[in-house]
Amino acid sequence: MGFDSLRQSLLAGERVVSFTRAEGGELGARLLVWPDGRSEGTLRDAELDRTALGLATADILPATGLREIEGVEVFVETFEPLPQLFIVGAVHVAIHLVHFARQLGFRTVVVDARSAFATAERFPHADELVVEWPADYLARAPLHANTYCVFLTHDEKLDNPALQVALEAGVRYVGALGSSRTHAKRVAALREAGLGQELIDRIHAPIGLDLGGRRPEEIAMAIAAELVAVRNGRQAAGER
Amino acid sequence: MLDILSDVDRWRADGQRVAVATVIRTVGSSPRPLGSKMAVSGDGGIAGSVSGGCIEGAVIEEAQSVLEDGQPKRLSYGISDELAWSVGLTCGGEVEVLVERIDG
Repeated sequence: MGFDSLRQSLLAGERVVSFTRAEGGELGARLLVWPDGRSEGTLRDAELDRTALGLATADILPATGLREIEGVEVFVETFEPLPQLFIVGAVHVAIHLVHFARQLGFRTVVVDARSAFATAERFPHADELVVEWPADYLARAPLHANTYCVFLTHDEKLDNPALQVALEAGVRYVGALGSSRTHAKRVAALREAGLGQELIDRIHAPIGLDLGGRRPEEIAMAIAAELVAVRNGRQAAGER
Repeated sequence: MLDILSDVDRWRADGQRVAVATVIRTVGSSPRPLGSKMAVSGDGGIAGSVSGGCIEGAVIEEAQSVLEDGQPKRLSYGISDELAWSVGLTCGGEVEVLVERIDG
């Protein structure tokens, strides 16, 4: 049923549209189509395959649901790449945030240049733990439209260059820890680095929904809640 | 999809057969949106869900033959269905599910 290809693509951050015959003797026959026109499988009807291919390579991808194509009932399913969260800063808040984010369905990657913090002992639950300069790592990471980035290091040398990479890549969410004073300083530095106001305005800061908590696990919960709000379209990027 | 992925990966690595049920149609109030998935393993493992818990038992039962012969099945549950009295949806809606075996 094309499961392996689908799985691989979603983990790699690709979109896939799946067409499955939902009635008759060919029930379950499947065609997978990638927006660039690649395809795998067949609906066992050349005409049907052609029409499906057209639908999946159009500017607006079809909505998930049953629809009639060439007189045949087909279940169309548009898969968005799996949501992934990059946490820059292997700090105390990050340990809790990895827990919450994974529960909420985010693939979670922690990155920090400071090997004393970024240890497997502290992050056995992360999908990936990277000890590297965050800006360098993010520059080669697959940052797609369903990517969320949070910056928690409290160290502008680590945070700011990486923030710039994430903002310029157009990820879905960028949040940065710190008081409004810290943030004002950060904004000035990013502007200095040549970043446009439009991109700077996309940063969620202070990070997280206001739950009134100060403890690391409470801050992590506030951040996780904001990620969910953004994922569900309740909070547009940069809107607070 | 992500909610079933790690379990499905593990079961398949163990050499188990796995069937996946997908919500393909909903009418009225239904607890899980289109595309929601539940995976069932040959050893009786369950991951994900296709309703609020009302039809899972019936779907798992139907999945046994799919695991066995690989023949996909389309199943309907809801108030208009006779099954409603035995495995009815508490929410009063209707749900259709496609069950298929993962063969690669």
